[in-house]
Amino acid sequence: MIAVQVTSGYYLTFAAILFTIGAVGLLVRRNVLVMFMCVELMLNAVNVTFVAFSKALDDISGQAIVFFVLVVAAAEVAVGLAIIVAIFRRRRSGATADDIDLLQG
Amino acid sequence: MARDLLDLVWLVPLLPLTGAVVLLLAGRRIGDPKAGWLATTLMALAFVWSVVMLIALLSLPGDERSQVSNIFTWLQAGTLKVNIGFLADPLSVTWILLVTGVGSLIHLYAIGYMRGDERYSRFFAYFNLFATAMLVLVLASSFLLTFLGWEGVGLCSYLLVGFWYERKRASSASLKAFVTNRVGDLGFMIAMLFIVFSMQSLDYSVMGQKAGGLTQTTATAIALLLFVGCIGKSAQIGLHIWLPDAMEGPTPVSALIHAATMVTAGVFLVCRANPIFERSGTALDVVAIVGALTALIAGTVALVQPDIKRVLAYSTISQLGYMFLAVGVRAYSIAVFFVLVHAFYKATLFLGAGTVIHGTHDNQDIRTMGGLRRFMPATALGFTIATLAIAGVPPLAGFWAKDDAISSAFFGHDYVIYAVGLAAALLTALYMTREVLLVFYGNERFHAPVDVAVAEAAGTDDAAPDPEPAPDAHHEPDLTASPTVDYGTPPVLPAPGDPHEGSGVMVLPVLALAFLAIVGGLLDLPFTKLEFLNHFLEPVFEVVAPPEPTSFWSAFGLDVIAVAVAMIGIFISWRIYHGGLEDPAVDPLDHRLGPFGRLFGHAYYYDEGIAAAVGGPIRRSAQWLADVFDQKIIDGAVNGIAKGFGAAGTQVRKLQTGLVRQYALGIAVGTVALLVWAAIRAGM
Amino acid sequence: MELFLFLLFAGIALIGALGVVLSPNPVHSALSLVTVLIAIAALFVVQDAQLLAAVQVIVYAGAIVVLFLFVIMLLGVDRSESTAETLRIQRPAALVLGFGLLVTLLLLISPGWATGEQSLRGVANPAGGNVKAVAESLFTTFLWPFELTAVLLVIAVIGGVVLARRSHLAADEELQQLEEQDSETETS
Repeated sequence: MIAVQVTSGYYLTFAAILFTIGAVGLLVRRNVLVMFMCVELMLNAVNVTFVAFSKALDDISGQAIVFFVLVVAAAEVAVGLAIIVAIFRRRRSGATADDIDLLQG
Repeated sequence: MARDLLDLVWLVPLLPLTGAVVLLLAGRRIGDPKAGWLATTLMALAFVWSVVMLIALLSLPGDERSQVSNIFTWLQAGTLKVNIGFLADPLSVTWILLVTGVGSLIHLYAIGYMRGDERYSRFFAYFNLFATAMLVLVLASSFLLTFLGWEGVGLCSYLLVGFWYERKRASSASLKAFVTNRVGDLGFMIAMLFIVFSMQSLDYSVMGQKAGGLTQTTATAIALLLFVGCIGKSAQIGLHIWLPDAMEGPTPVSALIHAATMVTAGVFLVCRANPIFERSGTALDVVAIVGALTALIAGTVALVQPDIKRVLAYSTISQLGYMFLAVGVRAYSIAVFFVLVHAFYKATLFLGAGTVIHGTHDNQDIRTMGGLRRFMPATALGFTIATLAIAGVPPLAGFWAKDDAISSAFFGHDYVIYAVGLAAALLTALYMTREVLLVFYGNERFHAPVDVAVAEAAGTDDAAPDPEPAPDAHHEPDLTASPTVDYGTPPVLPAPGDPHEGSGVMVLPVLALAFLAIVGGLLDLPFTKLEFLNHFLEPVFEVVAPPEPTSFWSAFGLDVIAVAVAMIGIFISWRIYHGGLEDPAVDPLDHRLGPFGRLFGHAYYYDEGIAAAVGGPIRRSAQWLADVFDQKIIDGAVNGIAKGFGAAGTQVRKLQTGLVRQYALGIAVGTVALLVWAAIRAGM
Repeated sequence: MELFLFLLFAGIALIGALGVVLSPNPVHSALSLVTVLIAIAALFVVQDAQLLAAVQVIVYAGAIVVLFLFVIMLLGVDRSESTAETLRIQRPAALVLGFGLLVTLLLLISPGWATGEQSLRGVANPAGGNVKAVAESLFTTFLWPFELTAVLLVIAVIGGVVLARRSHLAADEELQQLEEQDSETETS
């Protein structure tokens, strides 16, 4: 095996790619829940970044912050899914994000 | 003691002001004729107090004759402080004596003239108000207070000219007077602005100190702007158009306002501001030229007017021209002298004309008068004396003033001005003699038209019994009609009935003023010890170097020439008019002048020119402004802005699709942009 | 060794991410998401963040994704959505933006910002283990945010309950009627 030092750069690159995939997915998909999952992807990419820096800088705060990100993500998912349920409860199946356009100007 | 008395100079304007207020509030209850007596008494009291002021002033040594009594501070803005203050010095005291003295006599006359008028007490209220404004004008200690009086007299002129407002001509004439004055006032106001800028104060005392330090350009600018105001107020050529029309007002108004007082306010202003005028040499030249031209041009117009008051109106314009001529050649005290004597004889003439109008049942056409001396001898006497005075016949007052004025032009090396003044003197003698002859002498032309030749041949006299009086408009008083006779209208026979003399209160002032016209010359005879007025006014005109006669004989020679000119004028007129008119429709002088006659008669078509300009192009451009510019461009711009915003809003609204994904796209765009910017900033 | 592990788990995560984004069926997306999460947990372990790895698996993979699956089943959005894009600009813009984003991020990463300073807030791997370190940090340095997140969670719970229940307010009823009309017109 090649003895390459896996520096933080590798993880950061990986996180960047993951983040981009999540962002593009958010913009392209129409299914609300899949859009939500892409948001989760982005959050995870951020978590990876934090941990990578925590390792690189030898600082525990990075990991502590990931904790908080986790908590917030959880809360956000709970509330967001509740909203989605509230909106799409009575819709026909196959409703997409494009169907909530009441705020059209 | 004298100074304490002079501090009370504000009583002079206060007395007529009280009259005005009382009469405005309770006039109807006081009624005809008590209202008139109240007003006249107050004016007389004001005159008495003015005399007291004069005595107080005379008791002070010559160079200390000036007292400012400040009532309170009117306004204070930064360094500018304007007081309600009254200045008692020789110039103002002279003027208040004139205003109250002549004013009282005219008030007295008006008691009789306005008797029976529906709005009798209001007339006297306005009359007193006018007197107040005029007195404030001349007693003011600063330009701003003078301007207050200036505007006040303009207002009262409007009120009084349009007193019989049912007459269309009167109401438009009053408006014309006001608006024309306003044009001149603009000059006055801008001049005040410049004064504030250059001297930081509007007080006359400050002006006296600082005027010498002005640059010549500034002084000229201020002087010329002030003079624009004078052109308006004193009806000089250019803005003279309001004065003939102002004859629509009752004759006492014409006498007081448009002969003796308001129109002289312009002369007063120039005298008051003489340090500024002196500092700027060229302004005085302009004043002299304008004055001379006015004297000449107005004189030509007066030659052929058929209306008794119109002749006097143009005569006033012409005489005012003389006053400015005198000021322009630096003969200030002579100009003031002229103001005084002019007030005497012009008031006499106007009051006499008023009596004539009153006594011939509102006839103002001199072509249908004649021989009235038989019916109103006292008025005829007064009028004749005043005519001789205005023509410049010695030893009446007019001669001294007019002669001094044009001789000063000569000695000031303004020979052209002198010549013009002399020509105007000839015209003055001509037209005034014409008027007095046509009105009071000659054949009686107010009866029904009887062929004079046939009547003489048949041996019957002119007073043949009228045929059945034609049912003409004079029986039914048409309230909207005016008795003013325009040039070029054919003569209309007046209402039947013999003319009658005025009542006692009307005759007395005429004679009194005629007497003053005789002896007024004593105020300022050109012999060193007798130049009372000149010496009295010296402290006011400290910075002035008036033209002095080069020698006694040269002055005497000029006097002789002036008298000769006056005599020539009288003689020519006598030759033409001494028998009256053969045919009322034909005026021999007018006939002989031909096209010039028409030109003079229509006042050089100046009024028509303005009307055409205003009625035509100006009105059209105003219409264009209202229709196109205002509606399409301005409204279009304003509405366009609103529509633009609306349109922009409509476009921007398309961003709000309501689609979440597009919003997400927007956020993504923003984020990437921020990142790129951060990257660039970080120096990638 | 680390390289191998990194490449393995990173690869799994990326393939899973592509699966999330590209699967037409939302259930498949959810399962791919699980894959991603677990791979990331593994990467956490490689980086000596053991506690986080555990929490990631328990909370993210164990609770959040399950929640997702519940909602998918509840709402019946399990039907595959069509691949046609209704908003024309969306896909190209998304691709351009994605590309730009990636490039920018990589550029930002490249100089490497690790300053090599000593830890100020506690060493990442002290004696006593990772759990102790994280716990100490949470309960001392980050105590205040910790308490706040507790409150946040309570609020989220309440919010979830309130938002998801059937409402009896008039406005909401009106809104429900509108929705019903909406769905009727669409089905008809």
